[in-house]
Amino acid sequence: MRLLALILLLTLSQAHAQGFAGLGTQADGFAIPQPDPVFTFPEDHGPHPEYRIEWWYLTATLQGMDGTDYGIQWTLFRSALEPETSYDWTAPQLFMGHAGLTTPTAHFSAERLARGGIGQAGVTSDPFHAQIDDWHMYSTATDGDAYDALHLTARGSNFAYDLNLTANGPLIFHGDGGYSVKSAQGQASYYYSQPFYAVTGTLNLPDGDVPVTGTAWLDREWSSQPLSDDQMGWDWFSLQFEDGARMMAFALRSTEGGTFTSATWINADGTTESYGDGHIALTPLATTQVAGRTIPTQWQLTFPVRGIDIQTTPINAQSWMDTSFPYWEGPITFTGSHTGRGYLEMTGYE
Amino acid sequence: MLYTAIQSLSSHWKRRPGQLAMLAIGLALATALWSGVQAINAEARSAYDRAAATLGQDQLARLERADGRPVSLDTYLALRSAGYLVSPVISGEIRDANGRLRVLGIDPLTAPAAAQGPALDGDLDLSTFFTAPGLLLVSEATANGPLPTDLPPITISSDVPPAAAITDISTAARLLGQTDPSYLLVAPQQPFGLPPLADATDLQLRAPETANDISRLTDSFHLNLTAFGFLSFGVGLFIVHAAIGLAFEQRRASIRTLRALGTPLRTVLLALGIELAAIALVAGLIGILMGYLIAAALMPGVAGTLRGLYGAEIEGILRFDPYWALSALFITWLGAAAAAVQAMIRTARMPLLAPALPRAWAQASGRAMRVQTVAALALFGLAAMLALFGQGLIAAFLCLAALLIGAALILPGVMSVALRFLPTRGAFSEWVLADTRQQIPGLSLALMALLLALSANIGVSTMVGSFRSTFIGWLDQRLASELYITAADPSEAAFLMDAIRPDVDAILPIVSADQRLFDRPAQVFGVVDHPTYRQAWPLLAQSENPWDQLATGNAALINEQLARRENLSPGDLLPIAEGLPIVGVYSDYGNPNGQAIVSLDRFADTYPEVQPFRFAIRINPEQAPAMASRLREEFGLPADAVTNQDQVKAFSIEVFDQTFLVTGALNILTLGVAGVALLTSLLTLANLRLPQLAPLWAIGTSRATLAKVELIRALGLAMLTFIFALPVGLALAWVLLALVNVEAFGWRLPMQLFPGDWTRLFALALIAAGLAALGPALRLARIPPARLTQIFAQER
Repeated sequence: MRLLALILLLTLSQAHAQGFAGLGTQADGFAIPQPDPVFTFPEDHGPHPEYRIEWWYLTATLQGMDGTDYGIQWTLFRSALEPETSYDWTAPQLFMGHAGLTTPTAHFSAERLARGGIGQAGVTSDPFHAQIDDWHMYSTATDGDAYDALHLTARGSNFAYDLNLTANGPLIFHGDGGYSVKSAQGQASYYYSQPFYAVTGTLNLPDGDVPVTGTAWLDREWSSQPLSDDQMGWDWFSLQFEDGARMMAFALRSTEGGTFTSATWINADGTTESYGDGHIALTPLATTQVAGRTIPTQWQLTFPVRGIDIQTTPINAQSWMDTSFPYWEGPITFTGSHTGRGYLEMTGYE
Repeated sequence: MLYTAIQSLSSHWKRRPGQLAMLAIGLALATALWSGVQAINAEARSAYDRAAATLGQDQLARLERADGRPVSLDTYLALRSAGYLVSPVISGEIRDANGRLRVLGIDPLTAPAAAQGPALDGDLDLSTFFTAPGLLLVSEATANGPLPTDLPPITISSDVPPAAAITDISTAARLLGQTDPSYLLVAPQQPFGLPPLADATDLQLRAPETANDISRLTDSFHLNLTAFGFLSFGVGLFIVHAAIGLAFEQRRASIRTLRALGTPLRTVLLALGIELAAIALVAGLIGILMGYLIAAALMPGVAGTLRGLYGAEIEGILRFDPYWALSALFITWLGAAAAAVQAMIRTARMPLLAPALPRAWAQASGRAMRVQTVAALALFGLAAMLALFGQGLIAAFLCLAALLIGAALILPGVMSVALRFLPTRGAFSEWVLADTRQQIPGLSLALMALLLALSANIGVSTMVGSFRSTFIGWLDQRLASELYITAADPSEAAFLMDAIRPDVDAILPIVSADQRLFDRPAQVFGVVDHPTYRQAWPLLAQSENPWDQLATGNAALINEQLARRENLSPGDLLPIAEGLPIVGVYSDYGNPNGQAIVSLDRFADTYPEVQPFRFAIRINPEQAPAMASRLREEFGLPADAVTNQDQVKAFSIEVFDQTFLVTGALNILTLGVAGVALLTSLLTLANLRLPQLAPLWAIGTSRATLAKVELIRALGLAMLTFIFALPVGLALAWVLLALVNVEAFGWRLPMQLFPGDWTRLFALALIAAGLAALGPALRLARIPPARLTQIFAQER
């Protein structure tokens, strides 16, 4: 096996919490999330090197002037080999950036890797600035929370984008006040989001620049041992309803065939309700051949407690992130009991 | 019928196992030397290719500073944050008394796919690669070889080139004490919408090294080996040709009988062909085995040579390659077929009912000799033209080849003429001379082989000898100081020098910096103004008062290699600092790279980061040992940090001798093969000549006298060959020194003569000829008189 592939295995197997098999590693020396967290900002917007993994994960559903649907993803993963940091080549903090851009007919993806410590990649909390190479996510907020206004850029071999984001609501916290349980055995992470962004900006595509507007959702999560040994992949949804409400839902698929689900209902005013395992049900309706694999790209999502029964359709069924550890991630629309837009991420499909 | 034909024909070998052995030895030797050389070349080439492919150097462009110094970390980060996909490499050498190791530190996170580094074991824990103490990936041979002490843990990987270690950039940074990347690898595809990389940086963009420097540099060496291989193969084929010719002559009767009994010609030829192919197969296999053993035995020497001459790293270990073995076998068959062609044609043309009249298979022919002589003169003319007007290494080698082949072709003519002018006394000696002349065509191939072997020997030993004595003389001048000290770091150096300053005559700092000059690696040295240099560094070309000019700091000296390569002479400008005028050219044997010397002050201005920690000490030679032990004991310097002149000199000469070990070994082998060729030819002739000797015996010359004459004649011919080989060999040496050496290494050596070597070689030639002639002569001395009588009955 090539060196890089191994490194990625190491990095991703720990950083990419969205469900790869065999990742329930011991958290030796690393801090472990505890219930009843108290977050302090802006510090917690920045990195937590004492935890093994962490990410700044932003997805946006966008429309061009002609109504064409687009989607972008911007993610910075942090993966620590040791729970410490230094400011030279030896820093054991590794960073990985993923950028995606989806159009109805094409999907672009790019990846960057870097070690922290020399200045090539890293995150500062005050002022907030997450960076890897020339990809940036930094705060443009003049008052209030640092995440209230963000500037976002990324560039791949055949695409780039440059977006401004403004939050129209507060940060929301998943699970029990930001303590998000990920398995029946109790593995957990700290998890909060800013789901209320309005977006304007420009997509740079091979055929020319496209001005866009839309909405975006930022996830912040960190942990040291997010998954249980038998969890092999996950399906994650962020949904925006037409009445302004939002919803996060995920199902972690077990090797035995069962799932562990979790959902957060977000009212338009930012108040939330969390739902543990068993409240939602996800059923694949159609599959697509993507990169030689069979991927369920249309889903039925039922949430009886909230009277939700919807069917999701991807903007582009081939939204394949062709990165070192590939996965499906792209914008969706949904119809049924409710209509709206959202983002879907699916990992662990062989 | 075919089976019967094969059986009856091969019964010959049962009666004459010696002849079979000769044929097999000839084929085996030819195969062995040729395939051995091929194996060495192939191994070295694949080592270069592996080295060239390391980190994708053969596919990736790189960015580096024009002066060859490290790229600052900020420059790297600026390029990354502008979006360019470049990846840092920190490379350098660590070296101590125990060994040396080139360290290549890569950043696997940013390395382009082509430079992803070697394969790793699947169960390796990656954090050991990334975090201290780190992990070094080396080849198995490197791991088993001499390595510096205090290295991080080592893991074996077959993809790593020799004498190098691949490791994480953080480990390399720590081991080499260097934070800044040595250079940046450039990913072939850069992101969308960025201006061209060349517009974004002051660094130099270097294209991928498709034909790498080392293999070009070492071409001459491999050409050299190949030439030796060809020579040996040719000489070996002389043996085969002689042995097959002999067998043909002796089997004339059997063939005639077979044909008379109704065996079709085709079947006879097929039988002969199958027989030869079978012998060639067995002999070829033996030859391949021998070739492999020779190559394996020579490999460490070759590795030493390549390292010594060119700084090229190959492992002194030979891998077995089945393709190599197959191609060697093919060459053996081809050679055997070429050697047998004459005998086959003669068999085909033999009239069915002709008497089995033996005759010399190579008939004397004055016309053939004249044609050869004209061809030889034409070749000499070509050699002269090439020597005068030829350019490049290939022309130099062609000149060599024309000279050698010409000499071989003209040999029979020269011999005949020489024999004509020898004084004679009486009828018998006149007969001996006439008979010898008559024999020359039959022996000519063997004598040519001997001539080639002897000339090559004289030529190469003259070159190596000239080289060695010049080198030692140069070492004496260069290593003028009595002691050489290496401190751990500049501050220890300063402390040490202050401490010993009162007790020594002079302290000469040795400082150097790597710098690219004219787009190739070079070194710049800084020297103080001291009589040591003025006296000990002879200059090949100079302007007025070069050392005074150098001392002002506004001038530079360059080595001969740089001067020849870039066509520089005193007065030209050297691109160091703002450009320094060249005031002299010095000889710098054994260094493949360019070199320049500037004053110490100029050096310190230009390379402020280089602090001296090596020093040459001038001291009364009698006090040198005491000072050396004082440095070790009082200041605790490790033993290898203080070396005296004698040690350095001994080490240098050892490296030098290692360098030419291979040439010497091949020389001896070739001479041995030539001896065997002579033996085979004499054996062939011995039987053919009986009809000519029988009348002499009949008129009263004793068998012992005839045998003595045979022996003396062989020695005489060998002597004549040697005498002719001497000027040829010296011409060869001149070509090697004045043409090949200049083209291959970039410096010219004065030619020196070594009559002692000639005497030794002369004795060797006589011994070889004597041994070769002894068997046939003894047989003649013991031949039953009845056999000689029979000759009258049967042959006449």
